[in-house]
Amino acid sequence: MTPADRLYTKTHEWLKIEGETALIGITDHAQEALGDITFVERPPVGRKVEKGKAFGSIESVKAASDLFAPVSGEVVQTNAELEKTPGLINEDPYGRGWIIRVKGIEADELASLLDAAAYEEGLTEES
Amino acid sequence: MSYVPVTPEQRARMLAACGVRSIADLFRDIPSDSAPRSFDIPRARSEMETSAFFRELASRNYSHLTNFLGGGFYDHFIPAAVDAIVSRSEFYTSYTPYQPELSQGTLQAIYEYQTQIARLTGMQAANASVYDGGTALYEACQMALHATGRNRVVMDGGVNPIYRKMLVSYTANLSIEFAEIPVSHGRTDRQRLFDALNAGTAAVILQNPNFFGVIDNHADVVEHCHSRGILVIQSVYPIAMALLKPPGEIGVDIATGEGQSLGIPLAFGGPYLGFMATTRELIRRLPGRIVGRTVDRHGREAFVLTLQAREQHIRREKATSNICTNEALCALRAHVYLSLMGKEGLKEVARLCRAKTAYAMERFRAIRGVRVMESSPVFNEFVVHLPMDAGDAAGMLVERGVAPGLPLGRFYPGMENYLMIAVTEKRTKFEIGMLAESVESVICQ
Repeated sequence: MTPADRLYTKTHEWLKIEGETALIGITDHAQEALGDITFVERPPVGRKVEKGKAFGSIESVKAASDLFAPVSGEVVQTNAELEKTPGLINEDPYGRGWIIRVKGIEADELASLLDAAAYEEGLTEES
Repeated sequence: MSYVPVTPEQRARMLAACGVRSIADLFRDIPSDSAPRSFDIPRARSEMETSAFFRELASRNYSHLTNFLGGGFYDHFIPAAVDAIVSRSEFYTSYTPYQPELSQGTLQAIYEYQTQIARLTGMQAANASVYDGGTALYEACQMALHATGRNRVVMDGGVNPIYRKMLVSYTANLSIEFAEIPVSHGRTDRQRLFDALNAGTAAVILQNPNFFGVIDNHADVVEHCHSRGILVIQSVYPIAMALLKPPGEIGVDIATGEGQSLGIPLAFGGPYLGFMATTRELIRRLPGRIVGRTVDRHGREAFVLTLQAREQHIRREKATSNICTNEALCALRAHVYLSLMGKEGLKEVARLCRAKTAYAMERFRAIRGVRVMESSPVFNEFVVHLPMDAGDAAGMLVERGVAPGLPLGRFYPGMENYLMIAVTEKRTKFEIGMLAESVESVICQ
């Protein structure tokens, strides 16, 4: 269920390393909890994001939440498809529902992130 | 049924539960120098005494004056139908509903108001209103600061000094840097304004017509600011929008203004109406309520509060603003006024204001010792230089039944001899003539 090819945060973001850059999105659990997503506020390309700090926000029918950066880095691309179809996050949170791509990641920041098994374990404790 | 919140027995039980002997004990911890000196209030009066008291108080108002006062608030004609429609109990007695979708009529009226504001300003979206023009301008500043992540705001000296004071006091404890650029020949000083912009500048605030009544086309300022990633906020006089280029047409990002001129009577301090409109890109940063139109599950038209994720009850401390209501009744007055006037009616009001102002200026040019400031075109307000203190002149004229205008020394030290005169469609040729003659006679004394 939770893809093993990436890392996770306790705040329900995922990070997938792809060469020199990494994709960031939110987990299936997060999209489920938020319900129908209506809007995603994405940072502009070039913006520096900081590990643990908000880089944008996500709105669903009745809630709004911050998106926290799993690592520090610089935004090189954001998912423009979310502008018209924010529901992509509900449909395909680990694929077409990605949110931003960052570069300049420090390897030692990855150590504190969770693998799929540890993230799922956290979910069980939460519920 | 008389309103008795608690009986003496209930009060005694509540005090016992709190472990105190008297109500005064509840306030023991207030230092004596901060406590009210006394709670003595006058004895109760009968209805007859009370109404006589307030009638006497009201009679001290100089409401009989022929009014040439402006400076952001104007004496425009209000059709009787505005009061008749707005005072219907369905509108008059209802507060912003907590289950808003139950009140489809209220929401529809607000939606139509928003549509009118968006059209008047040429912008893409408007909110349900805020308290007044100054609040609207402050909220626009916040939008720009958040949208750009910068902290400097550059203000044109033509912005109403009352708004400027409000902005500075609202933001006194925030780390926002304000710069103000004095006007040149009554207009925005491009060179000095552009020189004041830097990489940390979030927004430039302009006003059209500006405080001195001067009309300006700020298209070049907008273009220059946008090339540097700076947003432009323009405060506008809604009546003038019937004739002038609206903010939306020159690329302004946020348009605000005081809606008092749209069917709301002049009153000391309000209630007035702040309108705000913006672009599609910035709509999620708009403060307050926004009404949207949708369809229900049967496909019927319905009105809802929309984009609520911006608001306090959902986003808490990260909300775009702490405004969670609107100036509903005043917005309704504006809506009814604009509907009654129609597009052509509003243009007619604006044309009359401009024509009568031109006549008043002609009359003042003919007065010896008076200088009319006219290096730039004006809408319905102009400044004259008197050979005496304008405040003293105004004081004498008030005793003759005329409020001749706003003495500028009150806002601009060094401008004690300048008087700003506003002329609306309500002023007759006779009244304008009387103003000119009265001014002439006091300066000759």
